[in-house]
Amino acid sequence: MSGANRIAGAGRLTPAKTVRFTFDGEIYTALEGDTLASALVANGVHLMGRSFKYHRARGVLGAGAEEPNALMGIERDRARRQPNVRATVQEVFEGMKATSQNRWPSLAFDIGAVNNLMSPFFAAGFYYKTFMWPKAAWQKLYEPIIRGAAGLGVSPDEADTDHYASRYVHCDVLVIGGGVCGLSAALAAAKSGASVVICDEQAQMGGALAYENGVTLYDEAGFDWAGKTAAELAGMDNVRVLTRTTAFGYYVQNFVALSERVTDHLAEPDADLPRERLWQVRAKRVIIATGAIERHMVFANNDRPGIMLSSAARTFLNHYGVAVGTKVGVYTANDSAYETAFDLKRVGVSVEAIVDCRDNPGEGKLSTAADLGITVKTGHSVTNTKGARRITAMVVERNGGGGAKTIAVDALIMSAGWTPSVHMFSQSRGKVAWDADTQRFLPGDYAQDCVSIGACNGTEDLQASVDEAIAAGEFAAKAVGGKRAANLKIAASGGGGWSGGVAGSADGAGPDTTVKAFVDFQNDVTAKDIRLAVREGMHSIEHVKRFTTNGMASDQGKTSNIHGLAIAADALSREMPAVGLTTFRPPYTPVTFGSIVNHGRGQLFDPTRKTPMHGWAEEHGAVFEDVSQWKRAWYFPRIGEDMHAAVNRECKTVREAAGVFDASTLGKIEVVGPDAAAFLDLMYTNGWGKLKPGRCKYGIMLREDGFIYDDGVVARIAEDRFHVTTTTGGAPRVLHHMEDYLQTEFPHLDVWLTSTSEQWAVIAVQGPKAREIIEPLVEDIDLSNEAMPHMSALEGKICGVPTRLFRVSFTGEAGYEVNVPADFGRAVWEAIWERAEPLGACAYGTETMHVLRAEKGFIIVGQDTDGTVTPQDAGLSWAIAKSKPDYVGIRGLMRPDLVADDRKQLVGLKTKDANTVLEEGAQVVADPNQPIPMKMLGHVTSSYWSENCGRSIAMALVAGGRAKMGETLYVPMPDRTIEVEVTGTVFFDEKGERVNG
Amino acid sequence: MLLIHCPYCDEERPELEFRHAGEAHIERPTDIKSISDEEFMKFFFLRDNPKGVAYERWRHMHGCGRFFNAVRDTVSDKFVMTYEAGKPRPDGDELRAKSKETNQ
Repeated sequence: MSGANRIAGAGRLTPAKTVRFTFDGEIYTALEGDTLASALVANGVHLMGRSFKYHRARGVLGAGAEEPNALMGIERDRARRQPNVRATVQEVFEGMKATSQNRWPSLAFDIGAVNNLMSPFFAAGFYYKTFMWPKAAWQKLYEPIIRGAAGLGVSPDEADTDHYASRYVHCDVLVIGGGVCGLSAALAAAKSGASVVICDEQAQMGGALAYENGVTLYDEAGFDWAGKTAAELAGMDNVRVLTRTTAFGYYVQNFVALSERVTDHLAEPDADLPRERLWQVRAKRVIIATGAIERHMVFANNDRPGIMLSSAARTFLNHYGVAVGTKVGVYTANDSAYETAFDLKRVGVSVEAIVDCRDNPGEGKLSTAADLGITVKTGHSVTNTKGARRITAMVVERNGGGGAKTIAVDALIMSAGWTPSVHMFSQSRGKVAWDADTQRFLPGDYAQDCVSIGACNGTEDLQASVDEAIAAGEFAAKAVGGKRAANLKIAASGGGGWSGGVAGSADGAGPDTTVKAFVDFQNDVTAKDIRLAVREGMHSIEHVKRFTTNGMASDQGKTSNIHGLAIAADALSREMPAVGLTTFRPPYTPVTFGSIVNHGRGQLFDPTRKTPMHGWAEEHGAVFEDVSQWKRAWYFPRIGEDMHAAVNRECKTVREAAGVFDASTLGKIEVVGPDAAAFLDLMYTNGWGKLKPGRCKYGIMLREDGFIYDDGVVARIAEDRFHVTTTTGGAPRVLHHMEDYLQTEFPHLDVWLTSTSEQWAVIAVQGPKAREIIEPLVEDIDLSNEAMPHMSALEGKICGVPTRLFRVSFTGEAGYEVNVPADFGRAVWEAIWERAEPLGACAYGTETMHVLRAEKGFIIVGQDTDGTVTPQDAGLSWAIAKSKPDYVGIRGLMRPDLVADDRKQLVGLKTKDANTVLEEGAQVVADPNQPIPMKMLGHVTSSYWSENCGRSIAMALVAGGRAKMGETLYVPMPDRTIEVEVTGTVFFDEKGERVNG
Repeated sequence: MLLIHCPYCDEERPELEFRHAGEAHIERPTDIKSISDEEFMKFFFLRDNPKGVAYERWRHMHGCGRFFNAVRDTVSDKFVMTYEAGKPRPDGDELRAKSKETNQ
């Protein structure tokens, strides 16, 4: 038995196909195709959750995406546990575990329900007022308690083991919604030759046809026609049919994001299947066929389990074969609830009364009700309900009060009318327009190439809707160049209209009452709260929304927005459009982070760049650090060494013997052409015309404002060819910067720029034994000091492969940077290592590189500079060519602030206690005893222990620093103040003789 | 995601391939060394932030690599037109004609 409320012969599910699932630990039986909601209702379970604020018992309200109440945790295992799943969307599968939320210790007995009794203290806006005082209590007391109580579900505490897929699609026509209109439009467009994608959030196409059993199309029952049409579309080469797929975001230029739930309905999904698939669709035209969403009636205690939308009850009956109760009451302000009542009555469910707040229902409704023996109370309202964990009775009164009668019911279905679902249209930046005749917001001005059809467009009659859909499909196909004429005609009959009804509070829940008539179920917002917001001065709907949180829950106010707006408009005595409609924003329904993050996690989150010698460094125990996307060898610890010991040893070894360093990550740009030197003259402060081929030079690149942008060694390989190096992180932006000037400011220069960063592997060999190490390996290059002095760059061969051999030094030692094609990098490195190791050299990492360059006062752009440092500030005035007529930054450097005396200048700092190492970023002051906030002179940019100097060394940017040589300054730290002496920036080999060694 | 027409490739490509590069039609003075502080301020620091039609530079970073100019409406986010760097700034009539084309 798949539930006591399953009606034999009703619905479309197969009675023999049962599945079992658990809800809060209890085992239930459902039918294949059930949603969690229909399965629970079939088993007589209406209590499905507790509300957010008052912890009130709640049942299912809808049967689709609009559901605000029945939110569940769905769990496959600990890692695959999703909170806040709508029970009306989640299909049941064998072995599924569902858990109710926001209750403790159990759903039936929830301690938090005490909030309901204290509700007079929890009116809208109470957070803003109550927790203001005392101020200190917020952080320690209020916030932790509020945070503990906040939130609905419990998020998983393990990494998601599912995987998610992503696809891009380009199509002529995207149809959003697979109801009668969406299917008709898709068919018309497809038959006219357009490529079509049609998506629908349900498991099967059909939309409202799932419950509208009075509709026929081509003399066929509506839902059967939908199934056949979907199959016909799926069989066409130019159509993609996506079910269980929600269009959740409509972005610019008809870019629409769809989320397809691929495995959430499967008991044992194939491990190869993604859980969800994100479709990013670019459509030439979009057809929006999203239908309408029913509104509930706003009256006292309208939230008890068993009270639901009439369309939900009808869906449960006609699609799932489930009766929502045995004694059903009906409360309505339009005709559609009558059809639900009639359908229920026809399968033998007792309908206690139809309470219609109108005096005159639509044509034929009263006579059909009379034929079926259903009592109709026109001009009456339901003013209250009773029942603890399920409704037991409704109180019915004449409009305006009087004649109160309590009628026992175990379910109450309601309909205040239909709200056209304009979410997608509004997200496309279309402007909604108020239709005064039908009191609805409908699509107005379009901003993109899209069209709304059917119920979401306010079209009433079924045949008119179908005709509109076919016309839209054919027009879309024609607009994108479809040649064929489909000449489609679909004869449609039956179905009710979408207009009529009420918005706002019903009789008995008006401004003079204090009853709890819920507008927004998920956020527990009542009609009273909205009126309070207006009284408190919130006169725009955007303010009312934020003050009350109406429409801000995960259902985004699909059932509540119009009611809230109507109540606010009424309280302000203004028309609804004058109060405004809140903006519809993506996502239409919640989207998992898995779908959005998709493949971009773990190793695919960000690319990892490795040099050709990475493997060697790994094998030799290197510890790596991340430098932008690069992995760089940081230091090479030997057994028993910590970082400090390893770096000290490496630093000593390089200066005493030699060191080998992987410098491959340096950015490299090949600058080629007859005007290459002229171009570099404009890009760098230095002059390049006189640089001879085979020689190189340190260059500084400025921005137009005069601040240092990048630096690096530039070698002239030939008259018209330069090998430019940049900082490791700066390569892309330097190339971009160069391209910008070359293409737009200096297009007359005949120059080509090519990034060669990854084409060259670079092996730095530094130290007194550098030449001895490489000499036997090099061919065609004379390594003597005369032929190849410091700052040379010559082409030849090393280990038999071509090399650009640089004699440069970032350590202050004599040394080389061996550039070889990247593929030979590791082999050449190993050949060099084979010679280096017996000579007492070491491999060193970036930390030692940093210390050695600091010992020599060489700056690192981005560490010792920060985008506000000029070459003069950094002590690099010598690198500025004085006679050049122009270079980028020449005018910027002349700005008054840039030539001022008291600018921060790069100086050395020596701590008075040689063993104290300063912290980088620490502030420097003149007087440590001044009151806080102190006047800060600058900050420490680089600081290390230097084993070679036997003391700590540091560089700092200090205001007027070069005039303070020898002075004592102070670095205040939380626990002490450190005395420092201002010095020059060169701490080792001040005369710079070693590079010539 | 915007679709942007690269005037060099003559292709409409997704925004991911492009990089915004600031306001268009700002020329670096040829005698930059001799301009006044105020002129430098206008050239380097001051930029329009119009509501409506904006002239901007884009680069087809992950395509042909070329810088080009674009007219974009900052309210609707629509590209009215794109054109090669160095071409004159399109006038009102031309823009209105182009604007109609894209709104069809």
